[in-house]
Amino acid sequence: MTTPADLKYTKSHEWVRVESDGTLTIGITDHAQEALGDIVFLELPEAGRAVNAGEECAVVESVKAASDIYAPVAGEIIANNEAASDAPESVNEDAYGNWLFKIKPNDIGDVDGLLDAAGYEAVAAAD
Amino acid sequence: MPHQTPLHAAHVEAGARMVDFAGWDMPVNYGSQIEEHHAVRTDAGMFDVSHMLALDLTGAGATDYLRKLLANDVAKIKTPGKALYSCMLNEKGGVIDDLIVYYFADDKYRIVVNAGTADKDVAWMRKQIAAQGANVTLEPRRDMAMIAVQGPNARARTWAAIPGSESASATLKPFNAIEIGPMMIARTGYTGEDGFEITLPAQDAAALWTDLMAAGVRPCGLGARDTLRLEAGMNLYGQDMDDNVSPLNAGLSWTVDMKDETRNFVGRDALEANPPTARLIGLILQDKGVLRAHQQVFTEHGEGETTSGTFSPTLQKSIAFARVPLDVAPGDAVEVDIRGKRLKAVAVKLPFARNGQALV
Repeated sequence: MTTPADLKYTKSHEWVRVESDGTLTIGITDHAQEALGDIVFLELPEAGRAVNAGEECAVVESVKAASDIYAPVAGEIIANNEAASDAPESVNEDAYGNWLFKIKPNDIGDVDGLLDAAGYEAVAAAD
Repeated sequence: MPHQTPLHAAHVEAGARMVDFAGWDMPVNYGSQIEEHHAVRTDAGMFDVSHMLALDLTGAGATDYLRKLLANDVAKIKTPGKALYSCMLNEKGGVIDDLIVYYFADDKYRIVVNAGTADKDVAWMRKQIAAQGANVTLEPRRDMAMIAVQGPNARARTWAAIPGSESASATLKPFNAIEIGPMMIARTGYTGEDGFEITLPAQDAAALWTDLMAAGVRPCGLGARDTLRLEAGMNLYGQDMDDNVSPLNAGLSWTVDMKDETRNFVGRDALEANPPTARLIGLILQDKGVLRAHQQVFTEHGEGETTSGTFSPTLQKSIAFARVPLDVAPGDAVEVDIRGKRLKAVAVKLPFARNGQALV
């Protein structure tokens, strides 16, 4: 399991990268992809949708099960990764390289409430 | 603490991801469920099925007892080693369990039941022994382990791993078993492929597992077992049928033998009083997504429900079993409610795949 130190994390196994323009790029963690097993389908949110923190906004389906993906903070969906939904197995291959969607946060300060790498590793270890 | 099979340490050593399954700590995969699935379709894979329970039934009353206990008729298996698949029903005609019974002699049978139902099954079988006053002895064999080796190369690789087994089992026909000392080799399985299910003393299991790996058999987890059995059109107890579902509504009419009118097996009266109201059919999803159990199905003839669903590695599409109105036929267009969206699917005849080939 890898947990890059430059990312933020949620207890529900999303990773969040703060971009230089203040938008957020979001995917699922390496721990999450490993637990899900072979990923075969992604249902991603449409750009323009407003989401609340903790709101279900995507679904990752593996051969084994369907898992909800949650918005880490409140904001507006501004993009989804079509390349990933066309090749869902890419998330198994590189969970951090294959993001799922981007959010323009209502308040960038909300990111401070997310976990750092050490905090997330503790959550994942307790799974 | 969940139970552990005699192969538990071997699974952990091989890097298996372990999960609780019916009270047993079992491997769900050893890295990639899809690769394990393809190994069984194209070469050979093996499954630890020691969580299932083998029971030995002996005594002069064994045949008569089983003819009342089971919905299928053991009287039609008369060759030593011949196996029969059957449901064991309650008085209401619901399925207590589905099982395989092996005939060795009129007073000697072996029965293999599911892990999750094993305690319930043994209690029911003992109750029926008492009710019938049957002259039989029922002996649970938790001292035995079971390994299923499945795939087009399963038999050849097993012969390479077990010295002397080829001469003993080369002529074994499908759905037959042979005893070699304390070991039983059966040409049965749950994947739609050729292969063997090997029952052997628990203390010998880890060595056989290692020898099978050395012979090129890939360890496979419960995940691949589920996608393989779904493609093969085989029911899973607790999902596609249970205590409240008649075998006639679960696609298992072919296992209910009513020919001998004097054979009053448990549940027969209920089945005769309640003709089938539904059928089990296959679905292939046309839209993007994955079918799962308990999704609502809309057909021209009324509503139904999926009972099992998954992504099929062989078809590269999502497939499901659905319990639907009797008039739904293969080829019918249906819709399935997946998280509030109605997606298009087509009804097909089961199975989806067998012997490495997609059939639909």
